[in-house]
Amino acid sequence: MNLSGLDLTCIRGGRRVFSGVNFSVDSGAALVLTGPNGAGKSSLLRMIAGLIRPAEGRLALKGGDAEMSLGEQAHYVGHLDPLKPALTVTENLSFWARFLNGKAAPADLGLAERGLDAVGLADLADLPAGYLSAGQRRRLSLARLLAVPRPIWLLDEPTTALDAASQDRLWALMHDHLVAGGLLVAATHGPLGLTDCGELRLGAPAGGAEPGSPPIAAVGP
Amino acid sequence: MTALAAVFARDARIAIRIGGGAMMGVLFFLAVVTLVPFAVGPDLALLRRIGPAILWLGALLASLLALDRLFATDHEDGSLDLILMARPALELVIAAKALAHWLTTGVPLIIASPILGLFLNLEPQALVATALTLLVGTPALTFIGVIGAALATALRRGGLLLPVLVLPLTIPVLIFGVAATNAAVVGPMPFETPFTILCALTLMSLVIGPFAAAAALRYGLE
Repeated sequence: MNLSGLDLTCIRGGRRVFSGVNFSVDSGAALVLTGPNGAGKSSLLRMIAGLIRPAEGRLALKGGDAEMSLGEQAHYVGHLDPLKPALTVTENLSFWARFLNGKAAPADLGLAERGLDAVGLADLADLPAGYLSAGQRRRLSLARLLAVPRPIWLLDEPTTALDAASQDRLWALMHDHLVAGGLLVAATHGPLGLTDCGELRLGAPAGGAEPGSPPIAAVGP
Repeated sequence: MTALAAVFARDARIAIRIGGGAMMGVLFFLAVVTLVPFAVGPDLALLRRIGPAILWLGALLASLLALDRLFATDHEDGSLDLILMARPALELVIAAKALAHWLTTGVPLIIASPILGLFLNLEPQALVATALTLLVGTPALTFIGVIGAALATALRRGGLLLPVLVLPLTIPVLIFGVAATNAAVVGPMPFETPFTILCALTLMSLVIGPFAAAAALRYGLE
């Protein structure tokens, strides 16, 4: 499987956020997006997820399921945690498992339980999500990645609010995902605990330096 | 189907658990209906004559009350992004959400209407007719309101925008709802005529509402 973007341009609110961005990621590889605030890291992730249409250029996925859109094969973990405070931890996760899977086989709910275990929230399974701390909310969002298996992970600052132990656990999960043949694109400011991953550095926003900055490619395992 | 059932179950559960949807609507309904006798005075004959109209107005306002949070909460916590990305068509997800909203907000209003009708000196026949027309008409109010809720979320405006947008669109439902009720009680026209039009309005809104709301969300949130 290969995910690539060709000559992508993003315009938000009449402002050119980035242009001429190229990238390519293969199965088993990670691409890390870096750059200053406003460089368009989140916009690029949302574009890959299908939430923003590229103003120019195109995205291509080779080797994926031809019947499904890119967004349907990807997990998007954004800045916000899509959790309902009135529902318990389990209810929140199993809702997303059922909604994203489209089926409710017992095996899938087993996966949801394993997801909770993997992020260390199994003890809080019956607590309403409204009582969770910021880090616990983030971990519950990340549990979605395991509850529903999908080949592409799009992570926007996944380590926000996570403590050191949880960050290590997240690196391990990301590593396992890559070893299993998945691919991931992550935006980050801090160091990412992954060895050998490609880096795509997005430039300063328009008006800053590098007009028509040279396309930067980052690849592979 | 499972995905839509999951959306329906989640929304219904949240509405019942917080008590925001079901109970607040009924209490608001009660408040509106209670105010009327204070405003028009204790004229029993007058109250009986305008009673169905007051019940309909109260139900209309109450059913729009909780509607502006329908997509706003999903937008604020990022759920809407995942819903937009997912495989089930947005129109169907909206229909599932609207159905859950109607069951938790509209149905309690219908159940409360005969009790509140007693406050307005309505005869048993009028109580039944009002409940029946509300049962048929309130889905239309919800499904028209969904359009306003989607627009308010897409424009990132809450509060009064929704009623201002939606109330004019609900005028036909109000006209034929009250007309059918009055026809059942005093005549002279047959009950079926306005009631059938009310049914038609509801069926139309069941189709148009989700499509219009989905279009508003798609283009508004990009």
